[in-house]
Amino acid sequence: MTALWITIVVVALASAAIRAFGPILVGGRELPPSMGAVIALLVPALLTALVLTQTFGEDGRLVLDEKAIGVAVAAVALSLRAPVLVAVTLAVATTALARAFG
Amino acid sequence: MSSEGERGGGVYLAGARAVLPLAMATGVMGISFGVVACSLGWGVVAPMVFSVIAFSGTAQFAVVSVLGGGGGVVPAIVAAVLLNARFLPMGIAAAPFLKGGPLRRALEGQTVVDASWAMASRGGGRFDREFMIGATIPQVALWIVGTVVGVLVGGVVGNVERLGLDVIFPAFYLTLLVEELRAGGQTIAVVLIAAALSLALVPFTPPGIPVIASCAAALLGLRGQSS
Repeated sequence: MTALWITIVVVALASAAIRAFGPILVGGRELPPSMGAVIALLVPALLTALVLTQTFGEDGRLVLDEKAIGVAVAAVALSLRAPVLVAVTLAVATTALARAFG
Repeated sequence: MSSEGERGGGVYLAGARAVLPLAMATGVMGISFGVVACSLGWGVVAPMVFSVIAFSGTAQFAVVSVLGGGGGVVPAIVAAVLLNARFLPMGIAAAPFLKGGPLRRALEGQTVVDASWAMASRGGGRFDREFMIGATIPQVALWIVGTVVGVLVGGVVGNVERLGLDVIFPAFYLTLLVEELRAGGQTIAVVLIAAALSLALVPFTPPGIPVIASCAAALLGLRGQSS
């Protein structure tokens, strides 16, 4: 039980420190202008990695399962200019159906 | 001052409203976390405390899977820290737009979570502080409520994965990514590089590393500054 509590407290402290690091280090200063373009591109870079690792990554392996079908349906819906809520709902419904009948 | 406050109030609400569909999924994932933690014999208090003081779904599920798989304290902590390391560049990016002295900035930095941060991006490296904080509050609140529900009545809810709700996260991030792609040009190149990097690294590195490594794709922004 103690091992669990040590893990919980250390993970919480580490998460807080990671999130506090940038704000304390940078403070209210403007980042150098050359960094502006890099920071702007961090958003698509991180989103791409989050989408792909959460869709295809599982325990350090690449997998192709019902989640990929759901995300693919969302991608098609978005390319047809479907609203966000419709695209996400279609993804969930597709994945749930694929899991039910797969 | 009051007009700024009103502006802020509206923007906080806008952030909260925009994130609501995802926040509901976060709540369901919280239930799932509570159920799984309970099934590992964590008791009632530990999962709840974990969600309150860490509020990080990815890190908490990593701890569950490492400890649940018979791993030790150190591998569990390392896995969680690697997964949360992405908040480092995200926090640096958002830092100039937070307010107050170091302590307050450190506290405001705690509101950096994936969806809020991405949704608060206003292009050109600017971030909307009020929108980000507003979007984080419902996610954290529902994550905690979900955990409590999962711990207390978990057995009734059963396996939430069957409902397909876990796919909400990549699907929702995809909708944010599509918005970003409208910028065209360099963004498309960055997305392709980040995609190649993250997929190539998944089989060879611990979870979390592929996401951090994909940040390197953003360095493309150093080129073509003249434009």
